Amino acid sequence: MKRRQFLRNTISGVVLSAFWQGISLKALAGTPALHARHAVQNDERVLVLIQLAGGNDGINTVIPFDQYSAYTAARPNIFLPEEKVLRLNGFEATAFNPALVNMQQLFNEGKLGVVQAVSYPKPNFSHFRATDIWMSASDSDKVVSSGWAGRFLHDVYPQFPDNFPNEVMPDPLAIQVGAVVSTALQGPLFTMGMAISNPAGFYKLVEGKVNVNANSRWGEQLDYIELMSQKTGQYATVIKKAAQKVTAQSPAWPAAGKNSLADQLKIVSRLIAGGLKTKVYMVSTGSFDTHAKQTEADTTTGTHTKLLQRVSEAIGAFMADLQFLQIEHRVMGMTISEFGRRIKSNASGGTDHGAAAPVFYFGHAIKPGIVGANPVIPEKVNVNDNVPMQYDFRSLYASVLQGWFRMPVQEVQQILLGDFAPLPIV
Amino acid sequence: MNSGRRRNSFKAWWLGNMLNQQSTLREKMVLFWHNHFATEMKTVDNPTMIYKHHVLLRQYALGNFKAMVRAVTVDAAMLKYLNGNANTKKAPDENYGRELQELFTLGKGPGSQYTEADVKAAARVLTGFRINNRSLPDVHGEFDAGRHDERDKQFSAFYNNQVIKGRSGKEGEAELDDLLNLIFQQPEVARFICRKLYRYFVYHHIDEVTEKNIIEPLAHTFRQHNYDIKPVLERLLSSRHFFDAGNRGGIIKSPVDLAVGLCREYNIGFPGEENYVELYQLWFNIQTIASQMQQNIGDPPNVAGWPAYYHEPLYDKSWISSDTLPKRTAFTDRMVSNGFARNDKKILIDPLQYTRQLSAPGDPNKLIDELADLLYAVELPVEEKQYMKTAILLQGLQGMASDHYWRDAWNKLQEKPDDAANAKNVTNKLKNLLKYMMSLPQYQLM
Repeated sequence: MKRRQFLRNTISGVVLSAFWQGISLKALAGTPALHARHAVQNDERVLVLIQLAGGNDGINTVIPFDQYSAYTAARPNIFLPEEKVLRLNGFEATAFNPALVNMQQLFNEGKLGVVQAVSYPKPNFSHFRATDIWMSASDSDKVVSSGWAGRFLHDVYPQFPDNFPNEVMPDPLAIQVGAVVSTALQGPLFTMGMAISNPAGFYKLVEGKVNVNANSRWGEQLDYIELMSQKTGQYATVIKKAAQKVTAQSPAWPAAGKNSLADQLKIVSRLIAGGLKTKVYMVSTGSFDTHAKQTEADTTTGTHTKLLQRVSEAIGAFMADLQFLQIEHRVMGMTISEFGRRIKSNASGGTDHGAAAPVFYFGHAIKPGIVGANPVIPEKVNVNDNVPMQYDFRSLYASVLQGWFRMPVQEVQQILLGDFAPLPIV
Repeated sequence: MNSGRRRNSFKAWWLGNMLNQQSTLREKMVLFWHNHFATEMKTVDNPTMIYKHHVLLRQYALGNFKAMVRAVTVDAAMLKYLNGNANTKKAPDENYGRELQELFTLGKGPGSQYTEADVKAAARVLTGFRINNRSLPDVHGEFDAGRHDERDKQFSAFYNNQVIKGRSGKEGEAELDDLLNLIFQQPEVARFICRKLYRYFVYHHIDEVTEKNIIEPLAHTFRQHNYDIKPVLERLLSSRHFFDAGNRGGIIKSPVDLAVGLCREYNIGFPGEENYVELYQLWFNIQTIASQMQQNIGDPPNVAGWPAYYHEPLYDKSWISSDTLPKRTAFTDRMVSNGFARNDKKILIDPLQYTRQLSAPGDPNKLIDELADLLYAVELPVEEKQYMKTAILLQGLQGMASDHYWRDAWNKLQEKPDDAANAKNVTNKLKNLLKYMMSLPQYQLM
């Protein structure tokens, strides 16, 4: 794919600088927040968010093995064979989809955990709206324009983007691998994130290559603009430098182009190891919107299997690379998906939009295990039956902010627009 | 009088003319001639002279080039800018005599062989013109026979060793016509202007084939019509060559093309004339943006105009630098997200209004196809369009089967415009899409 604008600094608007100055003066007037801000600014911890776009089917991902007969009854056309599911050390009641080989291994090594049945009150079943809710951390019935990670970064760097980059923060606050910076990284006024459009563009930047379209008049002009765009971008140079510091990465990575999520995460680990002080990285993969033919006749194969294999292999390689690059203690990751899917499978061999679903979190410093209980599969399942919520997704965010970034509880409440009890995951 | 504010007001007015033009070539050609007969307002520094000069460019923009050169030569602003008013028989000033040949008519191409002696001779022909500013609104150039060099002027072999016979008294002014007749006998004049038009409308690089097949016939037309501009433009802009796919999108938009083009493409609503304060301020905002991207109308860098129109080998590539490229994207981003505001008046792209004019905005494929046709002069790779659909409109949902998520959201907006969450969702996606599309290098081409 030829994506010619690789680095796109979407920080727009300088007109409000006077207003921002006002805020920054207030913030510098010795508020208790200042201490926490310094702590976050100086520590090296990084959060990696993996978006599973489309709504991942939680029940065929993390299987309620203790209710196997109810499970097979609810999903006669797509249930996974008892002997094929992946068992978890110390957690007999639960099993992983056979595609999650790498993640099973990480789980058994204590480097990956699961939070069961994550959702929020009055769940929304529209992809777009539900995604906005997850990204903005809003209540189901409130429309919030900023994102939770954006508000966190705004809290840490209230003056951004005025006079950024600077000595304290020479690097992008957040990096999105993708065309559009996610709502999650949107601050109160400005986006706090910067986009690296795609992996191919990233490598062209690092290697200083451009597409060659020079056989036509417009192509020749385009090549030039592309070349300039590589030299441009406030952060292009720091990204290039960081990437160039890392000359070798783990052999665990699949070949380029084989696993699109791995390709994205490979950039992330390289940039972290290269010394970027960037706090939040966001990558995305999809589409988990498996309404029809989610599996083949052999239910361990098919669309959902491929999607989960991609995630598992990518996270496995990423974790191996973090160790290879000796930065494993700095990174925590988490998967997010806008919703789970219905308990009962449909007649097309798929599953329709649902409510709560499990979240995976991983890292070398996390508290492993499974938080919460398996969802209860009714003996006689109705087509509209949903997995009820056990944990609010904002409690996960609270855990990350409080437990991983060590933000004071009052600020976490401000960022998350409410009081959500952290979970024992980190 | 605050001349800086007056200058800004004039530039705002000019930009307003560009924004409000009908579909004609006039504004495009006014800018072309402003670049060709470049003067700097900050040097001319006289509002009446500046305005009259500008009116002159408008008057002749699609008229007769030779008549325009004559009018420009005795125009007060030009007399001041290139010291024609200081060119006297006692102290001849070669400035205008040189630029008349080097920049305005013959150029410096291989077919232009005028000599330093020709510069001196032309300067002597032009002695005697000065600015009459006794009554301000009527400020104009005039011929003062007492300052004119009445001797004969000998030209070089390039001009067939012709002599312009010295004339005395009021007759001396007619030597200007003798000089222009001499210069316009040179076939190089028509070629020089046609090359410049070609670079303005098609592509910067003129190879031998283009010179022979395009420039030469155009120049022939130009001469045949006694230097009327319209027939040349008609011939070029209706040619198969001009519409040939391989020749489209070969120009990098100038800052004015980008800024004015964006406002016109999205039909951005400016305040009405009753709110002229805000109107002028907002026009000036757009002018300032173009200026920050290195095209400050009214004040080109020097008498040669902007390097993008003459400087080899970069030509229009010189608009793009590590300074200006981010500014371009910051501008397009800004016009999607915040725009500009003055008091309670705001200019901003309305993505919904823009999208509603399309044939099938609920179909994500057609939506992107039609937007690409509107926003780009060149074809976008299919994968790029696919990527936009999946990554932006469908937020990662893939495959034909997912198209309905966009269609549903769009239809819901038409049926229930009050659904705030859905409206925000659709609007944000369109905003992201437009921002992304305008951030691609293709958007810089026209």
